[in-house]
Amino acid sequence: MMLRRIDKDQPETFAFSKSNLSWAKKQILKYPKDRQQSAVIPLLYRAQEQEGWISKPAIEFIAKMLKMAPIRVYEVASFYFMFHLSPVGKKAHIQVCGTTPCMLRGSEKLIEICKQRISKHQKEPCSKGKLSWEEVECIGACSNSPVVQVGSDYYEDLSEESFSHLLDELMEGYPEPGSQKKRFSSEPEGFFNSSKVKIEENRNASVKLFLKTSLREKNK
Amino acid sequence: MLKEKDKIFSNLYGFKDRSISSVMSRGQWDGTAKFIKNGSSWIIEEIKNSGLRGRGGAGFPTGLKWSFMPKPNPTKPSYLVINADESEPGTCKDREILRHEPHTLIEGCLIAGFAMGAHVAYIYVRGEYVREREALQIAIDEAYSKGFLGKNAAKSGWKFDIFVHHGAGAYICGEETALIESLEGKKGMPRMKPPFPAMAGLYGCPTTVNNVESIAVVPTILRRGASWFSKFGRSNNTGTKLFCLSGHVEKPCVVEEEMSIPLKELIEKYGGGVIGGWDNLKAVIPGGSSVPLLPAKLCNDAIMDFDWLRENQSGLGTGAVIVMNSSTDIVKAIWRLSKFYNHESCGQCTPCREGTGWMMRVMKRLISGDAKLEDIDNLLEITKQVEGHTICALGDAAAWPIQGLFRHFRSEVEDRIKNKVSPKIAAE
Repeated sequence: MMLRRIDKDQPETFAFSKSNLSWAKKQILKYPKDRQQSAVIPLLYRAQEQEGWISKPAIEFIAKMLKMAPIRVYEVASFYFMFHLSPVGKKAHIQVCGTTPCMLRGSEKLIEICKQRISKHQKEPCSKGKLSWEEVECIGACSNSPVVQVGSDYYEDLSEESFSHLLDELMEGYPEPGSQKKRFSSEPEGFFNSSKVKIEENRNASVKLFLKTSLREKNK
Repeated sequence: MLKEKDKIFSNLYGFKDRSISSVMSRGQWDGTAKFIKNGSSWIIEEIKNSGLRGRGGAGFPTGLKWSFMPKPNPTKPSYLVINADESEPGTCKDREILRHEPHTLIEGCLIAGFAMGAHVAYIYVRGEYVREREALQIAIDEAYSKGFLGKNAAKSGWKFDIFVHHGAGAYICGEETALIESLEGKKGMPRMKPPFPAMAGLYGCPTTVNNVESIAVVPTILRRGASWFSKFGRSNNTGTKLFCLSGHVEKPCVVEEEMSIPLKELIEKYGGGVIGGWDNLKAVIPGGSSVPLLPAKLCNDAIMDFDWLRENQSGLGTGAVIVMNSSTDIVKAIWRLSKFYNHESCGQCTPCREGTGWMMRVMKRLISGDAKLEDIDNLLEITKQVEGHTICALGDAAAWPIQGLFRHFRSEVEDRIKNKVSPKIAAE
C-alpha cells in the first residue's frame, strides 16, 4: 500500500490523439456488451504513453468514455503502480528493479548511480526534465538481473559500467534493449555461441531483428 | 537430464523462427481438431492421468480444476482466463513462453477452453511485459489468419476467441480473484471465496484461471500421451517444468527440466554452479519469494518437486530458484522481500496491510542488529497473526520467508543483536 495522489499542477484538458482514440474504441470491443469498464487499464496506459503521465483531465476523459464515475477511474489510476500521477522524465523514466534477485546481483549500485547522476529523490525529473528514476518491485526478468525498464523495453544483465553507459546513451537516442552482456535471451551465458545451437535468422527473437521491425517506431 | 526431444518448449530462448509456418513445422497445431472431436471428458481425463499440477505456485491438479466447471449455459457463458501476471520475485518463465513460444499457449487455450465449455479466453499479461504482449498478439493474429481461432477454430467446429488484456504493475493481480477484479476494470483486490471462480468468476460467470505454463504444456501432453508426461518426475509430481535460476549462480538462466531433479544438479549443470563453489552456498529460496528458504545443509539432498519441498517446510512454488552464497546478508535479503510485500499489499485486510509494515520495520532493525532479542519472538508472533487471517495468500506469503529465516538462521540474527549490544555497553 502506498499513498498516491494526483499532481498539484494539472493541465486544462486531455484528449486522445486521433489514432489513439480509434485504438481505444477497438479495445472496448474486446469485452462483452456493457462491460466497457474492463478497458480502463489499457486506456489509462495509452493515455500515459501519449502524455507521459496521468492527469486529472485524462481520468475524467476516460471516465466519460467508459461511462464510469471519475472516482472509479481515479482509484484504478492510484492503485496500480505503473501509472505515473505526476510528470516523469521526458526522455526517459528509469525503473530500476530492486527486489531480492536483482539486489543479490548489484541493483543497489545502480540505484546509487541514479542518485548521483539523476536525482537524490525518486520520480523527480532533472537534467532539464529529461530523466527521472524510480525503484520498482520485481519486473520479472530475474535470470537476467539486474534489470531496468525504460518505457517498453528491458535493459538486462547490467553492471555499474554498462548502466552508466546506458544513461549516457539514453540522453542521446535509443540504446539497444535486451542483455547488455550480449546474451541472446535467458539462456545460460555462453550457450548461445556453443556449436550445439542452431540459430534461425528469420524471425527469431534477436534484438537486431526487433530493431528493424516497425514495433519500435510505434513507441518512440 | 531431460533429452532435447522431450522438451516441450523447443524454442525457449527464441533462437528459432517464431512465425506460424515454422512453429507448425516443429509440430505445433498438429491434430488440434482431432483432440476436440474426442470430446471434453477425454481431454480432461488425459490431463488428469498425466498428473499435471498447476505451474503457478499452488500446484493444484489442472484436470481436476477444469472438471469443476459447470455445464455450458447460454445465459452465463464460461470464461477461460490465463494468468500471465507473472510477478513472484525470482520468476521469469512465463515471459519466455509469451515471447518465444506463444503458440503453445494459444493452442493450449483453444483445447482447455473447449474442455471447459468456454468460447472466450482472456490472457492477462502483466503491464511491464510490453514486448511480450506484442509478440503474443502477433502470434494470435497469425493464428486467426490461419483459421486456428475464430468461428470454426482449427476446423473443429468450436467457436473460440482469445483477447489479450494487461495489468499495470500490481503483484496482487496474480491472485486469481484479484486478477478477475482487475479484468473487470477495478482495483485488484481479492474476493472472498466461496463462491469460487468456477461458480461465479469473471462478470459473475463460471471462470477458470490457469497459469501460462499449465496451459502451454497441454497440447504436447495430448499429442504425446499422458503416460509420456507422467514418466518424468516422481509420482504425484510428474512432468517437465521450467525452472528459473537467479541470484548467486555463475550463469543465471531459465531451463526446462524434469520434475524431481536434484537441486544441486540443476544449479551445477545449468547455472554453472554457485559463485565461489558449492561449499560457498548459504541458502536457496527454491520456489519464488513466497516460500521459506532452504539452508545449505538441506540443499545437498534437495529434490525439486512439490512433495519433497513441502516435507522440508518449503515449497516448489513457481520453480524460481534464488541462490544466495556466503557473501549474502541473509537478513537483508529477507527484509527486501518484506519490503516487497509491504509495497504490494492491496490494503484490503487489516492484518496484512498493517502487519506487512510491521514485519518490514522490525526486519530492517534486525539487519543492523539494532534490536532487542525479544524482537525476534515479537516478529514471529506478528507473522502468526498475519498468516491465515487474510482473504488471500499474500499475508501468508509475507509471513513464510521470515519464519523460514528464523527456523534456520536464528542464532545468526541473535549474534548480530548481541554483538551490537556489547560494544555499546563497553563504551559506557
